[in-house]
Amino acid sequence: MSVKIDETLPVECETGNYHTFCPISCVSWLYQKIEDSFFLVVGTKTCGYFLQNALGVMIFAEPRYAMAELEEGDISAQLNDYEGLKKLCIRIRRDRDPSVIIWIGTCTTEIIKMDLEGMAPKLEWEIGIPILVARANGLDYAFTQGEDTVLAAMAHRCPEPLRERKEMKQKVWAFPSREKDELHEYANHPSLVLFGSLPSNVVSQLNLELRRQSIKVSGWLPAQRYTDLPSLGDGVYVCGVNPFLSRTAITLIRREKCELIGAPFPIGPDGTRAWIEKICSVFGVETRGLEEREERIWESLKDYLDLVRGKSVFFMGDNLLEVSLARFLIRCGMIVHEIGIPYMDKRYQAAELALLRDTCTRMCVPIPRIVEKPDNSNQIRRLRELRPDLAITGMAHANPLEARGISTKWSVEFTFAQIHGSANARDLLELVTRPLRRQKNFEHFGQNTLVRKNNNF
Amino acid sequence: MKLAYWMYAGPAHIGTLRVASSFKNVHAIMHAPLGDDYMNVMRSMLERERDFTAATASIVDRHVLARGSQKRVVDNILRKDQEERPDLIILTPTCTSSILQEDLQNFVEIASLISNSSVIFADVDHYQVNENQAADRTLEQVVRYYLDRSHTQEALDQFVTSVPSVNIIGIFTLGFHNQHDCRELRRLLRDLDIEINQIIPEGGAVEDIKDLPKAWLNLIPYREVGLMTAMYLNKEYAMPYISTTPMGAVDIAECIRQIHKKIDTLASGSSIKRVDCEPFIDAQTRFVSQAAWFSRSIDCQNLTGKNTVVFGDATHAASITKILAREMGIHVSCAGTFCKHDAEWFKEQIQGFCDEILITDDHAEVGDMIARVEPSAIFGTQMERHIGKRLDIPCGVISAPVHIQNFTLGYRPFLGYEGTNQIADLVYNSFALGMEEHLLDIFGGHDTKEIMDKSLSTNIGLNWNPESRLELSKIPRFVREKVEKNTEKFARQKGIKTITVEVMYAAKEAFGT
Repeated sequence: MSVKIDETLPVECETGNYHTFCPISCVSWLYQKIEDSFFLVVGTKTCGYFLQNALGVMIFAEPRYAMAELEEGDISAQLNDYEGLKKLCIRIRRDRDPSVIIWIGTCTTEIIKMDLEGMAPKLEWEIGIPILVARANGLDYAFTQGEDTVLAAMAHRCPEPLRERKEMKQKVWAFPSREKDELHEYANHPSLVLFGSLPSNVVSQLNLELRRQSIKVSGWLPAQRYTDLPSLGDGVYVCGVNPFLSRTAITLIRREKCELIGAPFPIGPDGTRAWIEKICSVFGVETRGLEEREERIWESLKDYLDLVRGKSVFFMGDNLLEVSLARFLIRCGMIVHEIGIPYMDKRYQAAELALLRDTCTRMCVPIPRIVEKPDNSNQIRRLRELRPDLAITGMAHANPLEARGISTKWSVEFTFAQIHGSANARDLLELVTRPLRRQKNFEHFGQNTLVRKNNNF
Repeated sequence: MKLAYWMYAGPAHIGTLRVASSFKNVHAIMHAPLGDDYMNVMRSMLERERDFTAATASIVDRHVLARGSQKRVVDNILRKDQEERPDLIILTPTCTSSILQEDLQNFVEIASLISNSSVIFADVDHYQVNENQAADRTLEQVVRYYLDRSHTQEALDQFVTSVPSVNIIGIFTLGFHNQHDCRELRRLLRDLDIEINQIIPEGGAVEDIKDLPKAWLNLIPYREVGLMTAMYLNKEYAMPYISTTPMGAVDIAECIRQIHKKIDTLASGSSIKRVDCEPFIDAQTRFVSQAAWFSRSIDCQNLTGKNTVVFGDATHAASITKILAREMGIHVSCAGTFCKHDAEWFKEQIQGFCDEILITDDHAEVGDMIARVEPSAIFGTQMERHIGKRLDIPCGVISAPVHIQNFTLGYRPFLGYEGTNQIADLVYNSFALGMEEHLLDIFGGHDTKEIMDKSLSTNIGLNWNPESRLELSKIPRFVREKVEKNTEKFARQKGIKTITVEVMYAAKEAFGT
């Protein structure tokens, strides 16, 4: 990794008693992203009820995911797991005909030591559909890390790059004019694959950002379809777009022999610029017009920046986007009291942490306290003392905090909204300022605490 | 192992947490992995609760798998005891702890030696019971714990109140219209000159449970939760109970008569006067409730013989079936419930009020039944509402599981005389909407439709290339038109003829949309 790990940035660690979504929630965005997939969550009623409640209306839209609900017989090993899963997968193949079935292992399969990884290849061979296994369980992971486990499993299924080169030659022969165009348009650099699941128009936006610098993106992990997974291997450069993909990064380096470009994440115009610059510098490509472009974006955000400047914010932490968001908000002129985060991979996030430190220096503010595995009740005590203008928190705490006069923004929205790239910086600030703008409407209510005295915090 | 997309009743621990968080100053600690505390989200979002939900998790992680969770669980109990000083802490098992088979009962005993709060272990098995059954058990367990304790301390005062009084058992958090029903029951009992001794668990204090036996009798409005407690109180303290749900004019009258009969029996020999409740029932039914008159009015003639399907929990599905059939003259083709454990009672209740009975917790089976019957309206849960949407059949929601729109701010009881009005509105509006849609179909729909769909922007001279067309189609529908217009406006300003993906995003940056 090219960025030195910064040992001076202190990260505290608390008890880990915090609220977050279970990592199996990743099926909700991944099944929509990967159009030909089917996600089978092997777990209990508890998992099913969570998905049903967390995903709300999506459940009624004939989603391409389901529960393989374990019953008492499965737990006590009276029933044969392999036969059970085979029956369900055959039914899924018949009803939906997916290109890939992804088994999501849960806490229960972990505790009863169900050998999903062992069964998958056998069943895959038997029924003729690729079966991937991702252990996205609450024993080990939080919320967005679920995507990390799925993408790490998927990385193993990416084709080798050798074959592609051969095809490329054939293509040159078949469509000479088109290839010539592309050669003019792009710099000569090794193959670049980006990893992280983003909505398809954000994918186009980021591809476009890099194309402006004549960098060609050869593929994305995941692609829109499972059958379009990018080629990976020796000599392929990879770069992450989300801060929670450390397992995927490690898999890409160790198993797929890729080169990882350790960059800050393309969240906010500052992050996007730093991300592009890092990629360009690795490929020895000189950047063009990035600074002016960033300036222009900041200029267009002026009305929002006036609203947030000098306001304070507190991240309770639940989706691992916290460091990047905090860095962006500090650059916007906000004061960040605390960055709570479920898990901090200092190596994978090294460049982001360095940018955070530089941003703090530039904006003349102290580096905020970073708290890994936070403790919600301690945090609520700190919130009471600090009384920030905005708390970014999960839905369990949002309404109670609002009732106590603290404006909140649900952190989950940052996971589902389009926040990557310069073009979406405005949408990001739209989210952050919504509670602040809304508050103005309530000024005539006179008071903003809506709990009785004895319930005060 | 079975394939499942949707479930009508949640897992056991949700039931326990709902009961625990309904009591005042009771804290539930779940023995659960990260992410299992989503009951807090449901309570905070669906009920728009202003207070922090008194339920936290003692996290089960890898470390716990290796070393056991005794220390962590005990520490967490003691910490909660120090921080919040609750009266009672309920250690709640989840599916994960059911498999781990750690001796949680033992942890509770250790913790209760040191803690100031009382500590109990919720005795529910994840693989045996569902949400409702677990809630029923937990409520009984809490009541039993406090009565037994008072009994041994000889602090139990078993003298009943001087005037007739009742306990209402089974009103609690995330229950379907429970808050409104509770208010309506209070009103009904006040009109009958009956005092309310206690309402549990909602808003109740566990330290007051010792006074439960002071009431003359117990009223159980919903079968799903409270019946076990009532049976226990009946057995140990000889308290009679009434479990007729006062929903619909006929059953309200029945419930009132039963209450009066019990009170008369208990009051015999005392100085309390016997009251005839019939004039009250008659006046309420004919004049306070509008439902009886409404059913007779010509509006309701149109509903005669219409086919419907009813599905929900046992209490609501049975009551609504009876209301439709005997109070509104509507034909119920099929009535069903997902409360499989209470199937016998359900069948007995609706015998003769519908053609067919369906007992299942598989929503696909319910969907197939609805598709086959093709009713004019459905009365069911949120799932049936969505089935109705797909089949173009209107649906009134009459039972949990529900969404946020079923936690209304306005007063919407299902029980009592005001409840009959609300139900009549719900039923009538479901059909009226269906009729309106039907007429619109026959006469070719809304006449403004065509005009509304026409785009007001002009695209003369602008050409979207195939890539940008494709890109546009990926943008969510509700903003697509705006993006299209802004992009074209931008292109015209810049004198661009062909719109490419680059132009689209340049426009986005320029307009900030």
